Amino acid sequence: MENEKNTLLKVDNLVMHFPIYRGVISRQVGAVHAVDGISFDVKEGETLGLVGESGCGKSTTGRAILQLYKPTSGEVYFKGKNLVKLKSEPMRMMRREMQMIFQDPYASLNPRMTVRDIVGEPLMAFGQASGKEITERVADLLKLVKLNPDFASRYPHEFSGGQRQRIGVARALALNPSFIVCDEPISALDVSIQAQVVNLLEDLQKEFNLTYLFIAHDLSMVRHISNRVAVMYLGIIAEIADRDELYVNPLHPYTQALLSAIPVADPVYYEKNRRKVLEGDVPSPVNPPSGCRFRTRCPIADAHCAEVQPELREVSPGHFAACLKV
Amino acid sequence: MIDHLLQVENLETQFKTPDGIVHAVNGVSFTLNEGETLGVVGESGCGKSVTMLSCLRLIPSPPGKIVAGEAFFHGQDLLKMDPEELRHVRGAQISMVFQDPMTSLNPVMTIGKQLCEPLKLHLNMTDQQATNRAIELLGLVGIPRAGERLKDYPHQYSGGMRQRVMIAMSLACNPQILIADEPTTALDVTIQAQIVDLVKRLRDEMGMAIIWITHDLGVVASIAHRVAVMYGGYIIEESDVKDLYANPTHPYTLGLLGSLPHIEEKVHTRLFSIEGMPPVLYKKPVSCPFAPRCTFVTEKCWQENPKLETVSPGHRVACWVDTKSGSKR
Ligand SMILES: Nc1ncnc2c1ncn2[C@@H]1O[C@H](COP(=O)(O)OP(=O)(O)OP(=O)(O)O)[C@@H](O)[C@H]1O
Ligand SMILES: Nc1ncnc2c1ncn2[C@@H]1O[C@H](COP(=O)(O)OP(=O)(O)OP(=O)(O)O)[C@@H](O)[C@H]1O
Ligand code: SF4
Ligand code: SF4
Ligand SMILES: [Mg+2]
Ligand SMILES: [Mg+2]
Repeated sequence: MENEKNTLLKVDNLVMHFPIYRGVISRQVGAVHAVDGISFDVKEGETLGLVGESGCGKSTTGRAILQLYKPTSGEVYFKGKNLVKLKSEPMRMMRREMQMIFQDPYASLNPRMTVRDIVGEPLMAFGQASGKEITERVADLLKLVKLNPDFASRYPHEFSGGQRQRIGVARALALNPSFIVCDEPISALDVSIQAQVVNLLEDLQKEFNLTYLFIAHDLSMVRHISNRVAVMYLGIIAEIADRDELYVNPLHPYTQALLSAIPVADPVYYEKNRRKVLEGDVPSPVNPPSGCRFRTRCPIADAHCAEVQPELREVSPGHFAACLKV
Repeated sequence: MIDHLLQVENLETQFKTPDGIVHAVNGVSFTLNEGETLGVVGESGCGKSVTMLSCLRLIPSPPGKIVAGEAFFHGQDLLKMDPEELRHVRGAQISMVFQDPMTSLNPVMTIGKQLCEPLKLHLNMTDQQATNRAIELLGLVGIPRAGERLKDYPHQYSGGMRQRVMIAMSLACNPQILIADEPTTALDVTIQAQIVDLVKRLRDEMGMAIIWITHDLGVVASIAHRVAVMYGGYIIEESDVKDLYANPTHPYTLGLLGSLPHIEEKVHTRLFSIEGMPPVLYKKPVSCPFAPRCTFVTEKCWQENPKLETVSPGHRVACWVDTKSGSKR
C-alpha cells in the first residue's frame, strides 16, 4: 500500500470490554462492550474527527490507543510499533510522543499546582530539563498558547475555562508530541471561546505538523477541523470517510440521522426542511443488539439486520460504511 | 397598549458574595405574547437563568436580591404578589424545566408519584384521575409502555427520557407559559432534536407561550419566534428570529454568529473569534459592557452605556455604533 508510509497510527480490530462484577465473591456477570472491534488509521499531519452519541465509546477508544487502558484485544500500531506488545519502559518513552487534552478544563488540572508545575511536570518526569530551563521552557509554551508567561506562578482557579484549556494544551505540547488525542476539548467552553481554542489547535498543528484524533459531539465543529471523520455507534464504527464526502454523501442511516439532527443557525432552514428525527434511545452496551447494532432505531431495518452484523466495507475509495443495505 | 402575557420592566438582581456584589441582571425589560416563543441566548454567566428565576421569585435569598423591576403577568406584578397566590401561578400557570433533570427529579420517588402530586394539589384530581392523566402525559412525550413505567424511579430512565418526563410534568397543569432553561444542553443531538420537535408539537397543540433559554444559536433558530441576546446582565439585542439571523446588528451578536463554523463550509476558513473574556460582574459598568472586547469601540462607548433602542421595526439594539455603516448612532 502506497499510503502505508505516512500512516502514523493504525488501529486494528481494537476491543475494550469493562467487566461487571456482582455478588460476594465478585463473579463476573457480564461486560460493558465499550469498544467492540474497530479498525482505522490516521495519517501524519491529519485530523481524524471521531463523533457519536454519549457512551458510544469515543473516549474509551482514545484512552485505549494511548494504552491508558489495556485493550481486551486488538492491535495499535504507532509509527509501526505495536503499542499493545510494548514493555513498560519502551512504552513510557513512546508516551512522550502521544498526548491527550481533556474535556473538562476544570477537573483536569491539579488545583494545588501552579501553572509552571502543571506545564513543567512532564519535562521533569522525563528528565528533559531542570530548574531554570523548565521555567524558560514553560514561558515559551505559555506564549505558544497565547497566555501571558507572567501567569506561571498562578493556580488554575485564577483562570477562565478557555485559559485553563490553553494550560492543558501547553502541558500536552511540553514534550514535543507528534500525536494528540483531543477529547472534547471545547465542549465545556462558551461559543466565543470555542473559536479561540479551535484556532489555536489549528495554528499549532500547522506549526508542528501535529496529528490529531479530535473527539467531539458538535458535528459542525468536527466538520470544520477534521480531514476525515469516523462515526461511532455503540462500540463500533458505522462510517468513515473524508469530511466533505461524509457530510455531503452520508451512506449509513445513523450518519444521516445524526447529520439531520445538527441544529443549524438559520431560521429559514427550518421553514424549508423537515428533519428526520431518530426515535428511541441508544441501547445498553452491556447487551448490544444482535446483528446490526443500529437496528433498534434504524428506519429501514428488516429481519435480516437482526441476524447479520454488517462489516465496515469500502463502498467507494476511502469511504467505508457498515450497513447491509449500502 | 398591547396586552402582553408577560411584561418585564427594568429588572435588576444582585448577589452578595464574600468577594463583593455580583451584578447579575442590570435592568432587563422584555415582553412575551400569547403563543409566542422567546429565545434567550448568551454566554455562561450573562444572566439568563437569574432573569427568569427572578421573575418567579425563585432566586435564593440571601445571597440574591431583586433590587428593582416589575414583572406583570395578566396585569399583576409577580414581584409584589402575595406568596400564596404566587405559588399557585408557579404551580399551574407558569412552569419551568431545568437543565439537569436529575437535580429536579426526586431520586427516591417513583416517576408516577412525582407526576401525580401536582395534579392532585393544583387541579384537585383524585388518585385515579391523576394516574390516568399521568399515563396520558407520558404518552404525549413519547415514553413507551407509560402505564408500567410510572412505577419506575428516575435512575431507571435514560437522560433523554428524564428530560421528557420533566417536560411532561411541566405541562401537567396546562400552563400558559413554559420557561425552559437549557432543557437540551446535556443531551445528544439526536435526543435534543426529539425534544425540540416534541415541544414544538405540544406548543402548537396547546397554544402555550415559551421562553427557551440556551447558548446554542442553532437550537434557537429552530424553535424561537423572537430572540433576546444577553451579555453581562443586559439584553443587548432583541428581534424577530429571522431578522436577527439575517441582520445581526450588535457587535457581540455579529461575533457570536461569526464564530460558528458554517456547516456548508466548502473551503476551510479560519473561525472568527471574539478575543478576551466575558465580563466580571462585580461592578455595574458605566461603559458599554462589551467595550473591552469590541472591535467597533469608540470614545463614547467608554463613557456611557448605550440603551436598548429600536433600529428597525421590531428590532432593538444597545450600541452606539451602526455596525452596517460604521457611523455613530
Ligand atoms: N472505566 C470504565 N469502567 C466501566 N465502564 C466504562 C468505563 N469507561 C467507560 N465505560 C462505559 O463504556 C461505554 C463507553 O464510554 P465512553 O466514555 O468511551 O463513551 P463516550 O463516547 O466518550 O461518551 P461521552 O460522549 O459521554 O464522553 C459507556 O457505556 C461507559 O459507561
Ligand atoms: N447563588 C448565586 N450566588 C452568587 N452569584 C450568583 C448566584 N447565582 C448566579 N450568580 C451569578 O449571577 C450571574 C448570572 O448567572 P446566571 O445563572 O443567570 O447565568 P446564565 O446566563 O444562566 O449562565 P449559564 O449559561 O452558565 O447557565 C453569574 O455571574 C453568576 O455567577
Ligand atoms: S444494517 Fe440494517 S439496521 Fe443496520 S443500518 Fe443498515 S439497514 Fe439499518
Ligand atoms: S456601544 Fe461601542 S463598545 Fe458597545 S458594542 Fe457598540 S460599538 Fe461596541
Ligand atoms: Mg467521552
Ligand atoms: Mg443558566
